[in-house]
Amino acid sequence: MKLARDTWLVFQRQLLLMWRTPIWIAVGVIQPIFYLLLFAPLLKKVLEPMGATTYAAAYQIYVPGLLAVLCIFGGLYTGFSLLGELKAGVIERSRVTPVSRLALLLGRALREVVALLVQAVLITLIALPFGLRVDPLNLLLAYLLLGLLALMTSAISYGIALVLPNDSAMAPVVNTLAQPIALLSGVLLPLALAPMWLQTMAKWNPFYWAVEGMRALFSGNIGDSVVWQGLLIVVVMTTGAVYWSARLFSTRIR
Amino acid sequence: MIETKGLRKSYPSGRRGQTVVDAVRGIDLDVRAGEIFGFLGPNGAGKTTTLRMLATLIRPDGGEALIAGADLLADPAEVRRRIGYVAQGGGTTDVVTAREELVLQARMYGTGKAEAQQRTEDALKAFDLTEFADRPCSTYSGGQRRRVDIALGVIHAPQVLFLDEPTVGLDPASRGQVWAEIKRLRTEGMTVVVTTHYLEEADALCDRVAIVDHGQVVAEGTSEALKREISGDVVLLGIAAGESGPAADALRDQPYLDRLELQGEDGLRLYLQDGAAAIPQLLRVLDGAGVVPRTVQLQRPSLDDVFLARTGRSIDQS
Repeated sequence: MKLARDTWLVFQRQLLLMWRTPIWIAVGVIQPIFYLLLFAPLLKKVLEPMGATTYAAAYQIYVPGLLAVLCIFGGLYTGFSLLGELKAGVIERSRVTPVSRLALLLGRALREVVALLVQAVLITLIALPFGLRVDPLNLLLAYLLLGLLALMTSAISYGIALVLPNDSAMAPVVNTLAQPIALLSGVLLPLALAPMWLQTMAKWNPFYWAVEGMRALFSGNIGDSVVWQGLLIVVVMTTGAVYWSARLFSTRIR
Repeated sequence: MIETKGLRKSYPSGRRGQTVVDAVRGIDLDVRAGEIFGFLGPNGAGKTTTLRMLATLIRPDGGEALIAGADLLADPAEVRRRIGYVAQGGGTTDVVTAREELVLQARMYGTGKAEAQQRTEDALKAFDLTEFADRPCSTYSGGQRRRVDIALGVIHAPQVLFLDEPTVGLDPASRGQVWAEIKRLRTEGMTVVVTTHYLEEADALCDRVAIVDHGQVVAEGTSEALKREISGDVVLLGIAAGESGPAADALRDQPYLDRLELQGEDGLRLYLQDGAAAIPQLLRVLDGAGVVPRTVQLQRPSLDDVFLARTGRSIDQS
């Protein structure tokens, strides 16, 4: 009860902060539209070997990947905002109050989850006129998966921000982490196009399973085992990331 | 109100954390209810670390502390409810207003919406913030921001308030204003603990002072009592550049002199029992050595002299 109340408090404040810096909202809306309009048309030809002979089929493969990369990257980069709050003393000020430490993390991460899901919905809507068709139940399940991905990567990113000894280390660490995750999960191009050894490596990347699950959902194959496998992997990883990060919020001094 | 015994904290340092830096090495304190208590010491003396331990931000490595009746190590959550803490840099967000910050702060202590708004209203009046309460914090002057920080620290009416270097970077007028706010809180019955490296702040604001150096309390008491321990007076001699050496040689063996410190090339600081009576003799001795003093000042010892006597250094030098 206290956790829910405190989380709501932190979440509200985070929404207010986002509202007061509207440039981020503008960027958040414009970026995915660029990806969709300027990059997707290239794909029809590339994806032909996978049987995507129409735009509709190409979007079926591309959109879930785009949504996943949005949530993974968006989440991983959210720690930069925490650096600012740490520097301003906001976190320290919160930590001398009895407010729940888990709420300090969850309120912030949920702001990111909501922002990313709004972007995901926008992208889905814009892709409809290009021929994207998804079953609503599958879509909801896909959004659940996306929300968990965003929560996990945000928690990881906050954890990194709290652990690092200085701010300038944040960018290289996050970039180095995000790059292989993105490349080895086939977010922009499916790994079915990749050579065998690359595909084998990708199977060790948990995000690969999440992306594959998303694609199955968008193609209407809710029964595909990769769906529950992807969900299970993401749930376990999210729990671990939140636990790790919440501990840092309560103990770490910067 | 605050009792500590042997409070300690050390940090790993060096490349692999193999060496240990003792930031605080056993602090015993007894802060009484309703007083303004000061930690005075140079930067890096362990004042902030001690304060952050007492405010539950850092877990001590050892020792014990009872704060407003709650045990720091066994029940930090209860300590949090009874204390307020204002960090040196404050903790406001640029794009929100003082009113929004105060309401959020009250709510983080568990109060409901209506009561949080009422408390905010009261705090805005008490700290004279109403005029700019609805402007974003980024527009405040240093003094205004500081008053908002302190208002945030006491929004839940704590029994004890911790302030870390409350007037660093403020102009003299704002500093006076902050001192006035802190004294007002004392009249309301609050116990206030401040850290400072300003001698005049410890003198003018604090009822009692603990002088801290290298993570230990080297002296404790009222500012008056501490200075009385440095028996006698201080005489400051200003002389021509380069002549402080010869002057020191001439004076060193005078029987009425307790101690002598060089102050650069052109000054001497003399500790003696009866400064007024000694000045004529000092001048005669200097005259005999061919040194002509430019200025002579008779002073009562300051807290810096107390620090000097206990540590062999001046606060400003360390």
